Amino acid sequence: MSDQPILTLDHVTKRFGPITVVDDVTVNVHKGKIQVLLGENGAGKSTLINMAAGVHEPSSGQIIVDGQPTRIPDTKASEALGIATIHQELQLVSSLSVAENIMMGRLPRRFGLVDRPEMYRLATQALTTVGLHVDPRMPAGALGIARQQLVEIAKALSLKARLLILDEPTASLTKHEIEHLFGVISQLRSEGVGMVFISHHLDEIAAIGDSVTVIRDGRFVAEVPPTTPEPELVRLMVGRSIDEQFPRRATPPSETLLSVAGLTRKGSFTDVSFEVRAGEVLGIAGLVGAGRTEVVRAIAGADSYDTGTVTVRGKPLRKGRIAAAIAAGVGLVPEDRKAFGLVLGASVQDNLGYATLMSSARYGLVDRRGQAERASAVAERLSVRMRGLSQRVGALSGGNQQKVVLGRWISAGSQILILDEPTRGVDVGAKVEIYQLMNEITAAGGAVVMVSSELPEVLGMSDRILVMSDGRVAGVLAAADADQQTVMSLAVKEVEADRV
Amino acid sequence: MSDTQETTPTAQQAPSADGKARRARIADFISDNGALVGLLVLCVAMFVATPDFLTPNNLLNVGIQASVVAILAFGQTFVIVTAGIDLSVGSVAALSAMLAAFTGQTWGMPPMVALLFGLLTGLAAGMVSGAATAYGKLPPFIATLAMLSVARGLTLVVSNGIPIPTPSVVTWLGGSVGPIPVPVVVLLVMGAIGWFILNRLAIGRAMYAVGGNLEAARLSGIPVKRVLVTVYALAGIFAAVAGLVLSGRLASAQPQAATGYELDAIAAVVIGGASLAGGVGKISGTLIGALVLAVIRNGLNLLNVSAFWQQVIIGLVIAVAVGIDVLRRKRA
Repeated sequence: MSDQPILTLDHVTKRFGPITVVDDVTVNVHKGKIQVLLGENGAGKSTLINMAAGVHEPSSGQIIVDGQPTRIPDTKASEALGIATIHQELQLVSSLSVAENIMMGRLPRRFGLVDRPEMYRLATQALTTVGLHVDPRMPAGALGIARQQLVEIAKALSLKARLLILDEPTASLTKHEIEHLFGVISQLRSEGVGMVFISHHLDEIAAIGDSVTVIRDGRFVAEVPPTTPEPELVRLMVGRSIDEQFPRRATPPSETLLSVAGLTRKGSFTDVSFEVRAGEVLGIAGLVGAGRTEVVRAIAGADSYDTGTVTVRGKPLRKGRIAAAIAAGVGLVPEDRKAFGLVLGASVQDNLGYATLMSSARYGLVDRRGQAERASAVAERLSVRMRGLSQRVGALSGGNQQKVVLGRWISAGSQILILDEPTRGVDVGAKVEIYQLMNEITAAGGAVVMVSSELPEVLGMSDRILVMSDGRVAGVLAAADADQQTVMSLAVKEVEADRV
Repeated sequence: MSDTQETTPTAQQAPSADGKARRARIADFISDNGALVGLLVLCVAMFVATPDFLTPNNLLNVGIQASVVAILAFGQTFVIVTAGIDLSVGSVAALSAMLAAFTGQTWGMPPMVALLFGLLTGLAAGMVSGAATAYGKLPPFIATLAMLSVARGLTLVVSNGIPIPTPSVVTWLGGSVGPIPVPVVVLLVMGAIGWFILNRLAIGRAMYAVGGNLEAARLSGIPVKRVLVTVYALAGIFAAVAGLVLSGRLASAQPQAATGYELDAIAAVVIGGASLAGGVGKISGTLIGALVLAVIRNGLNLLNVSAFWQQVIIGLVIAVAVGIDVLRRKRA
């Protein structure tokens, strides 16, 4: 560490009004090194990197570039210093060509007109640096997320960036795409580019990082080598040890609560049948697009279906009727809580109460006392971290937002909870709390159906695992007999069969 | 109030902290009640410009002038809270009043029956718009634009383009009892009803959920279609009441009555702090919005500003009011 860092955030603090989001944090980034930034959602990672990106200026502390204290008042200044940020939400204009995106703001000109051949040549050159071989004339929006990300990196490099900040670049990539990205990152590292890498995935840290800075609640916790064992990283990140990442306490299953028979909707899923018993967690695994979300939405009455039956405690549910499903005790926690789960502008209390708003009303009047009592009881039980029940739910962290969606069904007394990707975008601490809640539900005689793309979670929390492939049930495994291998081979079953 | 007091140390212990907290509270109040503060500033300015403004007679005048737009705007508030818009309220007001007058005058029905018929007309028109939106999947803008045209057309068909005298009870609605103008009383009653619906009825709270995130509301078991039909039906009934008050003031139902009033109603709701994106809006805000428009019109009349320039000024006020609100939200 004798060489001078490219960038140092030196004891920086950022306050928004009375709230301190980043408190006295120091991070060094060296030439040709990858500095990993690790922390829960809401720990202050984004704010921290936004100071280097010129989005925010620190309230105190200083930014040092090449040994010189420097101000970065805006993104232009950051760019001029050779710092490029690849944000989670990609910034490409999808209707413009790849080349125009790369060369935006500095299109080569001849006689005042855009010199297209030159633009394509420069763009192709930039794309080569990230190993991307696409036609620079095609619209950027036609590329998948992974390739768009590479285009952004190519753009940054063509701007002579020597420090790349990657904010959760792997969040929406497949395994294969991640491997390619890591290849590009390693290549850039060997060429001397310094990088800040933000990720939630602990396994990626060992694979790619040179050093790990852990922050928690806006404060610096530790700087550790990437070889640090995962449990230790988790402990540093959440401030307490999580003995078991998946604390499933099995409950002996009893009577059948939910039974699905021959459920079919043309083009989405075919002949799906299964049963879930009281005390059971049924995991539904499968590739993206296997029809898992479609099936559980149909069960919950959110969408209709063509044939088949859904039966709760022996009583058939009318298809496509959400109210009927809710009355029977079925609660759906949808996959995208911001789009389908929450009214972000409304209060925590309102959001907790939507499922009981109409049913608890008498003579059409809101049951104000009941709604308030149920909300405060459930918020306490799920330890929703908030300033108060009247706080806007949109201001909570991802994990607490998810708890509010779950709490709505707890409050409504739902016994059959259908959770679609319940821990996506949820920090480690809240994840475990959600798992604990699943344990409580099953211990109390309820049942949980959990759709998840995270195999460790499916394996760790389910009693049985149903694997879907191309809209069909490829198989059902007891958790004890299942591992990543057996689940994946079922998940690709239909896809493989089609190829033969 | 109680929780602000808990967090504020007593004045004896920490006078400076208390002063600071009080200033912060006042700043919060101003930013939370921008429209109210604007209205008060406007009133003071009008008083300074012309002392005639603050006479009891003139203030009652402002109330009367505000009443029709305010009642329309209360109905519009329900719709805007659900992220919809109702362009038909002016036409529906005219049609309701015309049918009340027609059944009273031409068919010779008792006045109360005629009044009821007018209200049912508004309800029916609103339910048709609501059904077209909720079940027919027409965008609210289009469904109510169609209703705007249909209702105005029917008004002309029924009246043959000629005003019809109103039944006695409707004329009474436009008059006054002693010094109290009835339109102002109707305004307050309709405002109270609107507040009660939005804040105390389950379906009122559901309106905010539907406007805030329709899909989340639906997945939580809120009967979204029923809520949507209800808000347009309410907008229709409120429009009918406004139409009856307006015709009562003139003692006759006019075929071209309330033309363009839908835009004033929308402006009042928006000045009152509601968002056209849905999920936000209050009856009290809407009342203030309607009063702002009425005070400006009244004051400019007192100052002899031409009606042409009044339009220009009102447009600027709408832009400034909403602009300030947008800035305030961005800062929060």
